[in-house]
Parts: sequence; C-alpha cells; structure tokens
Amino acid sequence: METLIIMLIGILVAVATYLILSRNIIRIILGTAVFSHAVHLLILTMGDLKQGNVPLLKEADAPYADALPQALILTAIVISFAVTAFILVLAYRTYQDVGTDDLDKLRGAKDE
Amino acid sequence: MFSVNLVILIPFIVAALLPFTYRRFKKTHLGWFVLIVPIALFVILARLIPSVASGKTYVHTYEWIPTLDFNFTTYLDGLSMIFALLITGVGSLVILYSIFYLSSKESLQHFYCYLLLFMGAMLGVVFSDNLMVLYVFWELTSVSSFLLIAFWNHRQASRFGAQKAMLITVSGGIAMLVGFIMLHTMTGSFSIREIISSMSEFSDHALFMPAMILVLLGAFTKSAQFPFHIWLPDAMEAPTPVSAYLHSATMVKAGIYLVARFTPVFGADEVWFWVVSVVGMITLFWGSFNAVRQTDLKALLAFSTISQLGLIMSLLGLGSIALQFGYSADSVLYTQATFAALFHLINHSTFKGALFMVVGILDHELGTRDVRRLGGLMTFMPFTFTVALIGSLSMAGLPPFNGFLSKEMFFAATVHIMEVDIFSLPSLGIIFPVVAWIASVFTFVYCAVIVFKAFLGNPQPEKLDKPIHEAPIGMLISPMILATLVVGIFFFPNLLGQYILQPAMSSVYPTFGEAVDLTPKVSAWHGVNPELLMTIGVIIVGAILFKFLKFWKPIYGLFSSRFTFNALYSNLLASSVSKSNTITKFYMNGLLRHYLIYIFVFFIVTVGGYLFYSRAFSFDISTNASFRVYEVCLVAIMAVAAMSMLFARSRMTATLLNGVLGYSIAIFFVIFRAPDLALTQLVVESVTTALFLLAFSHLPDWEKEKLPKGTKVVNGIISIAVGLVVVLVGLSVVDFNQFEPISSYFEDAYELAGGANIVNAILGDFRGFDTMLEVVVLFIAGLGVYSMIKLRTKKEDENIED
Amino acid sequence: MKINDVILRTISRIVVFIILTFGVYLFLSGHNTPGGGFIGGLVLASAIVLLYLSTDIETVKKSLPLDFKYVAAIGVLLATSTGFGSIVFGVPFMSQTFAYFDLPIFGKTELTTVTIFEAGVALTVVGVLVTIILSISEDGG
Repeated sequence: METLIIMLIGILVAVATYLILSRNIIRIILGTAVFSHAVHLLILTMGDLKQGNVPLLKEADAPYADALPQALILTAIVISFAVTAFILVLAYRTYQDVGTDDLDKLRGAKDE
Repeated sequence: MFSVNLVILIPFIVAALLPFTYRRFKKTHLGWFVLIVPIALFVILARLIPSVASGKTYVHTYEWIPTLDFNFTTYLDGLSMIFALLITGVGSLVILYSIFYLSSKESLQHFYCYLLLFMGAMLGVVFSDNLMVLYVFWELTSVSSFLLIAFWNHRQASRFGAQKAMLITVSGGIAMLVGFIMLHTMTGSFSIREIISSMSEFSDHALFMPAMILVLLGAFTKSAQFPFHIWLPDAMEAPTPVSAYLHSATMVKAGIYLVARFTPVFGADEVWFWVVSVVGMITLFWGSFNAVRQTDLKALLAFSTISQLGLIMSLLGLGSIALQFGYSADSVLYTQATFAALFHLINHSTFKGALFMVVGILDHELGTRDVRRLGGLMTFMPFTFTVALIGSLSMAGLPPFNGFLSKEMFFAATVHIMEVDIFSLPSLGIIFPVVAWIASVFTFVYCAVIVFKAFLGNPQPEKLDKPIHEAPIGMLISPMILATLVVGIFFFPNLLGQYILQPAMSSVYPTFGEAVDLTPKVSAWHGVNPELLMTIGVIIVGAILFKFLKFWKPIYGLFSSRFTFNALYSNLLASSVSKSNTITKFYMNGLLRHYLIYIFVFFIVTVGGYLFYSRAFSFDISTNASFRVYEVCLVAIMAVAAMSMLFARSRMTATLLNGVLGYSIAIFFVIFRAPDLALTQLVVESVTTALFLLAFSHLPDWEKEKLPKGTKVVNGIISIAVGLVVVLVGLSVVDFNQFEPISSYFEDAYELAGGANIVNAILGDFRGFDTMLEVVVLFIAGLGVYSMIKLRTKKEDENIED
Repeated sequence: MKINDVILRTISRIVVFIILTFGVYLFLSGHNTPGGGFIGGLVLASAIVLLYLSTDIETVKKSLPLDFKYVAAIGVLLATSTGFGSIVFGVPFMSQTFAYFDLPIFGKTELTTVTIFEAGVALTVVGVLVTIILSISEDGG
C-alpha cells in the first residue's frame, strides 16, 4: 500500500511541478494546490499506513494510528487553504490592475 | 522578587499604551505623563539601595523556554543597581528636559514610545541573568537607538547616522551572541552567575579565547571603543535629549556593564587585561585628541564621550589584574582601578549629561552649536554658563568637582600598575601613565574650548539667527540638578562609595571576601603625590596648548580623510551594496519560472544527489500494509485526474479535477484512520473549489499554453525528475526505523491533557503554540484578502496632486 | 449575489440550522471524538456562507449584524490570550489545564482551558472564511 501511495505522490508532485512552471497564474495556483495534496499524503504515509486504530482513546483500543502526522496535516490543510485564498485574490486583483495573467509580462521594469 | 521583573515590564507596557492614549494629551505635553514612569521606577529602585548595600541580591526566575535553558531570570545586585539608577535617574531628568526641548508639534508619541522602549530594554540588559535574554534586550537597545537617532527622519544625515550606529552595534551584538553560545557550550549554562562560579574550570578550554574576544567585540562596538567609535559622532544627529541619555549616559555604557559583569569570568586572563586596558587607552587618547579639532559643540562632546568611555574601559582592564593575584592585602590596591571605573561612570553621567543639555539649550535657543559663531554668552546666559562651567571643569578634572576625584584615582591606578611585575608590565607599564597624562591634557584643552570659545570672549550676535537670551527655566532644571550632583559628589563621595559602589565591587570581585575592604576612602586631599603632580602638569601644559591652539591645529590636516575608519566604513558599505546589487541582478531577472527552476534544480541536485551519493536508497515491499481493490481504483482515479489537469482545456475542468483529487484524499484519510482529517479535508475542499469559482468571475479563461517546444521539454524533465526524487526519498524513508517514534508520548493524552482525541489534544495542548501561530497566519491571510479588495488605492489619474 | 431559486431558499433555510447545529456539535465534541475548533469553525462558516448564497447579502446583514473581521480578530485575541493567560499563573506560555466538575444537569463534566483556545480558533476560522468569501463576492470591479 505504501509503495502504491508513494508512486501516486510522485505523480502528483510531477504534475504540480509542471503546472507551477507554466506562465498562466491560475495554473500556478492549481499547481500549489496539487502540491499540498501530495505533501499531505506524504506526511501521512511516513507515519505508516493502516497500522492501528483511530486515534480516539475512548472509541477504540490500542494500538493507535500515529496521531502526530495527522495533527501536522490538519494544520497544513488550513494553512494551505489560507495561502490558496490569498494568492487567488492576489492573482485576480493583479489582473484587474495590470490587465494580464501572464507572468512573463508581469516582470518588473529592467532597471529596478 | 517580583518588582524587578515589573521594573523591566513597566516601560514596555506604557510604551505599548502610548499610541492609544496620546490623543488624550492634546492640552498638556505628553512628556509629563511619560515622566511618571522613570521617576516611579527610580523610587522603587532607590528604596532597595539600603538592602543591596548590605549585600542582599534579588533573584527571580520566570521559565520561558526551560528545555533550551532560556529563562527570564532577573538579578539585582550592586552592579546592576548602579546602572539601573543611572537609567531611571538620568531618564527622568532627560524626559523632563525633553518636555521643554521638543515642541508639541513633533510626533511626540513616537519619540516617547521609542524612549520608553529603550528604557525597558536597557533595564532588561542590566537585570538579565540569562545571556540569551540579555542578548535580546541588548539588540533591542540598538533598535530603539536606531529609531531615536532617525527621529528626524526627513534629514539625510539622521538616517545615515542611524544606519551606521545600527550596523556597527548590531554586528558587534551578533559577535557577542556567538560568544555567549560558546560560553554555553563550555559551561552548559546561560546563567551569568552559574558561569562565573564554574568558569575557573574552563580557562584552558579551546573556546575560552574566542568567546572572550567575541564578547569583547560586542562590548567595544556598543561602547564606541576604538576603532568602532565612528558611529557615535554620527549618532549626534539625534535630538539632544536622546544624545544626552542614550549616547552619553546609558546605552554606550552597556559595553562597560558587560565588561564589568564579565570581569570575574575572563578577568584572570592576560589577554583580557591587555585588550581591555589598551583598547581603552587608545580610545581615551584618540577621542580626546579628536575632540579638540571639532567646531560643532555636539561633535566635540561626542568625541569627549568616546574618550571618557575609553577611560572607564581601561580602568576596568587595569582593575582585572587583581584577579591574577587572588584576594590578598596587596591585590586590593589594584581593585581600586575598578572602583575608580564605577565612580567615574557615575561622575561622567552627571557632568556629561549636564553638558549635553547645555549644548541642547544653545542649539535650541540660538539655532547653532558651532563654536565659531558663538562667544561671550556668559553675560546673556548666566545660568547656562554656570552649568557649562561646572560640567567642563569637572570633565577637565579640576576641584571642587567630582571629575577631579575620579581623575585622580585614574592617575593613581595607572601609576600603581607600573609596580606590577607580571605580564611584562615592568617594561611596558610606563605607557599607561604617559598615555593617560597626554589624553588628559587634550581633555583639558577641549574643556577650555567649551568654556572660553562659547561663553567668554566677544559676543557675535551678527552670526546668530536669533537674539541671545537665557533659556526658559524648565530647560535649566535638569542640567542644574546634574550640576548640583557634580558638586555634591565632590563633597560627599564616600556616601556614594558606601551605598552604591561598594555592593557593585563585590559583584565584580565575587571571590574577594568583604566588599568593605575593597572600598577605598575617597578624599580630595591626600598630600603631594604623583597623581596630584600629574594633575598640576595637565593644567599647566593644557593651558599653554590652549593658548597656542591656532598654531598647532594644522597638525590635524596631516590626517588624510581618505584613510580614516569612516572612509573605510563608507567604502565597505558602498561596495557591498554595489556588489550584492550586481550579483542579485545576475540571477533575479524577474521571471518567476526561472526562480522556480533554481529551486527545483537545487532540490533535485542536493536531495537526489545526496541520496545517490550516500547510497541511502532502500526499498522493501514486504513491510507494506495490504491493499484492497477499491483502494487501487482510488489511486488510479487520482493519477488519471492529476494527469488530465495538464491537458485540461478550460480552467473549470482543471479546478474540478483538483476537487476530485481533494475528495479522493479525504477518502484516503478515512481509510488511513484519520477521521478529523477527512472531515476537515471535505469542508476545505468544497470551500476551496467555491473560492476558485468565485475568483474566476474576475479572471480571464486560460488560453492554451503557447510555450516553445524546448521550454515544454525542459519543464517536463524537471517535473519528472522532481517527482522521481520524491518517490525515491519516500520509498527509502518509509521503512526507516532507527529512532523510536515520539508519538507514543501523545497516547497518554487523556492523562496529560484530558482529551481522548489525540489529534486535537496535540493541536490544542501539546503543540498549542503551533496552532496559535497558525490561527494568526489564517487571520493575516484574511486581512490580506480583505485589504486587497476593499482598500485599493485610487487610480493614478484620480489622484489630485497635493 | 442574487439567486432567485425558490427551492434553494426553502431548503437552505432548514439546512442552515442543521449545519449550524452540526458545527456546534463538532466544536464541542472535539475533545474526545472527531471534531474540534478547526472543523467546527469550517462547518459553521460554510453554513453562514450558504445563508448568504440563498438569500441576498442585505437581508442576512440585517438579521445577522456581525462584522466578521471583528469575529476573526476576537478569535485571534482569545487564542493568544489563553496562551498569555498561563503566564499569569506562573506556568510556561501556552500551558493548558483541565479539571473535572460536577455540574447540576450535565453530571461529571470536564472543563478545560483548551475549550477557550479552541473557541478562539473556531471564531477565527469563521471570521476569516466569511470575510474572504464575502469580500470576493461583493467585489464588483
């Protein structure tokens, strides 16, 4: 199972990288979103999969699944949501003011 | 003792409140309100003088990061008492003075906020026992000094001076930090008291010498010792109350404090003795020599401050030799140098504070500090003149002022040091009295410049913008109090010695038994002895030199301005700016794609390369958990969805595919026993998709990417390589079990945190700090979104030029 | 945002309350079962957003006169102040504590400072989320 998931993570990372390297701003944002998906899966996989019960002490018996990666991912999900929201708005506000969503055209003046 | 913590905290609290409350002080000057703080602190501290004098110390620890040995430990002993009294005492007078110096039109709330910030930081420096905490406060004084020097930030010279002071003191501070860390490596403690008590075991340690030099670097940069003194004259761009407070009475003395505090740690070493005393001596001479040539009175005082700081520093160096001999009747003689240092420290704050305030008065009332435009002010400004006269004569070391006493003790210390027969002092020791004497002659000359050129002679009203008149009484109160102290200390020096200096002596020499023995009886007259003869010589030669000043002044022209330390500093700064500009321009070409390629290629090369180089790759399928058919289906769905995103024709399709990925991951979270994650992921994914759709109404649809084939190939290769590296690293790491997982600790969540949901117990309790900051990040992102949308600037053409 | 969808409006009026209840339940149960500040806040926020979607903004503003920026700010303040609160009691920053009490109706109940902290988290999430979505949707330009 782990091997399978890691392969999937590899595919997600490759796709995300390709999206991020493009010029269109929406592709880049989508790329970061896919990237965070991949990373969440990666963190979870590193804590061993399906070894133990739900980490709820009253509901299940030991052994429990590793709770620490889960806590980390929970934090990561919320942060990546915040970042996505922020750059989305940044992107469209830039578009409104500058009139392009092409990053190659957005580079600053030469002598800055 | 709680009140010591409070003493540090109060200035910060009031500083934090100022921006909210200053509007209530429209009618009265904000300074009156702020003045309460230092006065109250001074009273609190003064009430502790008797118990500190009897040898009591106050320690209070608040654990901050106990695992790293960082604790807010405040420690009040004799040495910190001296500095704390100076900080609050001079602080009160300076704030009183500033009320009349700064008009209500200035942005007073900033000024007093910075000033209180400084006061709190400075108190933190002298009260901290923990080196890391001390360092934080130390840098905070640099920051607040920066803000205060640049208070009139429309002036270019102010900004330049502020930057210079900041760069030099902060780099010294960083050196000091490294020294502190070395001390911790050696002794295993950040507490100064513990280091002092255990240091004797480590004097042969390999890090002993580097730590000493680094700590001294911090002290020397802060106290403007040669060759780091160059920042202090430029710092005089600050408003005069600031110069009087930070750059003569308190902040520049932080270096002195550090040296005094670390004397028991490093003082028994020969290098310490030589470095501290010789650097002090050079600074003493160089400062006084340069002060004579200044025409700006404030610059003159700046160099004189440098010189006097050098004097105190060299005295501390001379005093450290007593630690060589250990405690005996003979070595007590050498401790008198330290006593003189602390004594002069106080004296210097009194007379130099008064002089700075006088110069501030001249600047404020007459509009100039240039000695060439002044003259004959005595008859017009009798009170100012009196204060100036007292301050100058005290600085020159004449009776009946306190400067005389400490200057005599300084001469005595340099004479005594010749009699020591270690460290090759019998042959080299002679330089101390000689340099001290020459420097004192120059000191006498520049003191004469202040008195004679500014206040005596013929008035030159035609060179002044404003008519000559006496300053308002309010501005005169503070300098007069200081001048009274100057005279008062001369007549009652032993009162000061017994209550203030004596307990400090036992902080510098903790192994030296009773502090009473270390406290000499100060008296103005002790017969004809070498130091008295030296003083008389200073007066005679100084008077002659002053008389013929214009004949030998051309000497200063010999020093080319190209080879000064100032030029070195400017060149260093300019070239580092241009060099880094060139380098930055080389690779920062404004294309996001290139930046990302740097990052990805770096990742591939370092991580992938290391994996290959160290042969760390391992792969073992046997430890894998079993999988079911539907799980494989899910993986396949995600893989297909991800790949199709690359070929999606519209952004809507791509977004929905991203949603597919998100929801599939939520299902995986369920399979992998993570219900909290699954719930969160489900909701977040829905909201994210909604956000994308909302934002799309403001964005154009994407066009098919028209990238050159080469670019596409490069992108593809990089992407696949990144993915491959991640897979390889992931496969190698997943079976790694060299360390015990720490998660079992959290399984006691119910006992430790009272929660049965381990994940939430970690979030809310074990790692609550992370969650708190995460909430802050979320909030910042929200604010960012809100302000980007709602608070947009007006379009340029709508701007009306003002 | 004007959607004149009768079905959506009718259903959402009921659904919103179910979601709100569910959000509160998730928030409160987070200590021992799945849930907690984040997820509770997220669910509450989506309920409020649904409210805005189904009826127009003006109506909701009248019946729910809250500035969500302040909600978020209060949340952050609450979360951080529980951290600083521990300093007052002389224990390290961010120490949480809990105790069991016998309350009249609820029986043996656990009260903990984490709940205050989590409430801060939930408020922040609600405030930020609603602020973001409202800002974008109100942005005409």
